[in-house]
Amino acid sequence: MTQFLFYFLSFVAVAAGLMVITAKNPVHSVLYLIIAFFAIAGHYILLNAQFLAIVHIIVYAGAIMVLFLSVIMLLNLNKDNEPAKSNVLKLAAAVAAGLLLVTFTGTLKGTESIIAAQPYDDQIGYVKALGKVLFNDFLLPFEVSALLLLSAIIGAVVLVKHDLK
Amino acid sequence: MENISTQIAQVAPLEHYIILSALLFSLGVLGVMLRRNVIIMFMSIELMLNACNLLLAAFSAFHSSAAGQVFVFFIMIVAAAEVAVGLAIIVMIYRNIHSIDINELSKLKW
Repeated sequence: MTQFLFYFLSFVAVAAGLMVITAKNPVHSVLYLIIAFFAIAGHYILLNAQFLAIVHIIVYAGAIMVLFLSVIMLLNLNKDNEPAKSNVLKLAAAVAAGLLLVTFTGTLKGTESIIAAQPYDDQIGYVKALGKVLFNDFLLPFEVSALLLLSAIIGAVVLVKHDLK
Repeated sequence: MENISTQIAQVAPLEHYIILSALLFSLGVLGVMLRRNVIIMFMSIELMLNACNLLLAAFSAFHSSAAGQVFVFFIMIVAAAEVAVGLAIIVMIYRNIHSIDINELSKLKW
């Protein structure tokens, strides 16, 4: 059953990803991207990473996608007036991406033998265990990421403001 | 413990997660190369980030190490910051050249 769920979620993620890059209307692209994100959240749950699944849905489906949609509506881009690239360029792009796929699978395929000795711990994905790691081993990066978010907010406001004086 | 270990391997072997992530990443790269709409290129970048996140989470679960999941968390923070600043830049570009076609931006000066 869970095995079937894995392949179903994988199929949904890849199909939605394909639709994101082929849809003519940018609003449709955003909606397909939301489907892909929910499929990836399902993968996190299958991997026993509940905290990541929740954060993924809140951050991506809740914040980032709303930002994308509001910018598309703000700039009134919900129509396809995008000039197409030539067929030669499209073919070259497809060949390049396919070669990249072959390279990635070829490079990463040998890595699964390294991890065979580890006993499985099903508690690491829970909020309690992850919070302990986050606030003990990774406290400094956590605080620095707060600064990063603050500077991103200020940077976005400064960029879109018409006259600062 | 041994029982659960075989249980997670039964869902899918790590190899399949690698292939899935490579596929999603390649789709993102293809989107960046294929499209001329800046916003869709931006979405393709998000797709690539998510492929990396998924692979990190898979390795973390199979390796029984929480560090991988913490890194996924940090990547999400960076992605949120990146989207905020990037969309602000796109709005500013649209204000100046009234288009989001990437080819219009080949001359950065005007």
